[in-house]
Amino acid sequence: MKKLINDPKYVVEEMLDGYVKAHPTYIRRLPENDRALVTARKTVEGKVGVLIGGGSGHEPAFMGYVGDGMADGVAVGNIFASPPPAPILEVTKAIDKGAGVVYLYGNYAGDVMNFGMAAELAEMEGIRVEMALTTDDVASAPKEEKQKRRGIAGELFVYKMAGAAADQGYNLEDVARVARKTNEVTRSMGVGLTPCSLPQTGEASFEIGDDEMEIGLGHHGEPGVRKAKVAPADQVADELLNTIFEDMPVEEGSEVAVLVNGLGSTPHMELYIMFRRVEQVLKEKGITIYRSYVGNYITSLEMGGCSITITKLDDELKKMIDHPVDCPMFVQK
Amino acid sequence: MKLTANEFKASFQQFVEVIENEKDYLCELDRKLGDGDHGVTMSIGWQAVNEKLNNELADETDCGKISSTIAMTFLNAVGSSVGPLYATGFLRGSKAVAQKSELTDEDLTNFWIAFINGVKERGQSKVGDKTMIDTLEPALLALEANFAETQDFVTSFEKAVEAGEEGMKSTIDMVSKLGRSSRLGERSKGAQDPGATSAYLLLDTFHTCVKQHQS
Repeated sequence: MKKLINDPKYVVEEMLDGYVKAHPTYIRRLPENDRALVTARKTVEGKVGVLIGGGSGHEPAFMGYVGDGMADGVAVGNIFASPPPAPILEVTKAIDKGAGVVYLYGNYAGDVMNFGMAAELAEMEGIRVEMALTTDDVASAPKEEKQKRRGIAGELFVYKMAGAAADQGYNLEDVARVARKTNEVTRSMGVGLTPCSLPQTGEASFEIGDDEMEIGLGHHGEPGVRKAKVAPADQVADELLNTIFEDMPVEEGSEVAVLVNGLGSTPHMELYIMFRRVEQVLKEKGITIYRSYVGNYITSLEMGGCSITITKLDDELKKMIDHPVDCPMFVQK
Repeated sequence: MKLTANEFKASFQQFVEVIENEKDYLCELDRKLGDGDHGVTMSIGWQAVNEKLNNELADETDCGKISSTIAMTFLNAVGSSVGPLYATGFLRGSKAVAQKSELTDEDLTNFWIAFINGVKERGQSKVGDKTMIDTLEPALLALEANFAETQDFVTSFEKAVEAGEEGMKSTIDMVSKLGRSSRLGERSKGAQDPGATSAYLLLDTFHTCVKQHQS
């Protein structure tokens, strides 16, 4: 697989170098740890700190979401691997403004362990920490084992709502509550068309035939729950939506946020064709799309395919999703 | 027997080499179950450890310090899920060999018992989940039982390695229950778990080195 890189060993460092130099008014790297990035903007005393993080290779997630109205800092891991506790702790110390810090991350074994260890260390330093996990991927575990599910593109909405809540002056418990509530009403379902390859190995992350797709694929290139023959976009969108609605019924008259997220190499043309069908289906069901997002928000290097995310909104979450955002890779006015 | 601090370090340096040699194999196993990076992750972590062993730890004779430095170096280089798991193992192990520059049969046994119990506690998985515990748990049981009988570390650890190997192979027919590969369900059958494999390599390498130093 061809890539525009230098030494595969230094892809994460070189990406971060480029990132902080491209956006100096947004982001700065902490001298204590190369993998600890915080907002360059002035943060308000007494505001709850919002910390996100996860492996590299998901850009614009997670580093792209540090800025006004979203996260105050990010801990960056190796490719598709959780960051260790050290950068998480450094970011925590830098963004705590006396009101505590909320950790937002996907429910991956590595993230749970590393963020958990960092939280213990932060509390030893007298910083209050709350954690909210994202578990929106319907395909990653059956409904009876919902607590095992992992976070995928729905994480964007969790950051969005929690970031807004912190910006609007909510306290630590309430920011965490908003994050958890968002996760409760969020479901995602993905489809993979082509694999990605890690810079270090150059090998495809999974094998898939030219005429096949993986339904329910995770964003680390893990195989899906079922292989199928590639079908027209409308049919694929219907299957993804059906799975979501079977898991989380959405009543007629509800308002939702929709995200059609590209995994890295799928063109906007295809993402909008998928969105077109999502809009048709929701309309038929009498569900109103309050806000929609289409694009590459949480990717997997150059993986092909996309996911659909539905979040049910109430008045509080509508207030949060409308809140303005200004990040290097995500702006909402 | 007596294992010196330098010999203790040398066994982990040997493991660095084993990981470099088996890196691609571990990635290949991981591609069938996860994101295909287990060999890369282990290599990143153990290269960082190697760096410490060759520099900061070159003159270190406190086995506890050596083990705790390996723990934090590996953790900070890797993160991921293996980072906290191995780091907890080495941190617990370091308590068993703290301030010792020579390790007796009993010290070595205590080191590995503490190591494996640490990994178990951090990972919260059990035999049959298709993880490194399928290697480590049978190894722990064999080590404890044989050492209680013989008070000899090398022969007891040999039994532990054998039991670990069997445990590693048993993961081939298992359905993943934890971590990323659990989403595969029945499709995870037929592939040996990469974490169980690298855990076996660690035990096997340590045993080979200790055996050499004994003779």
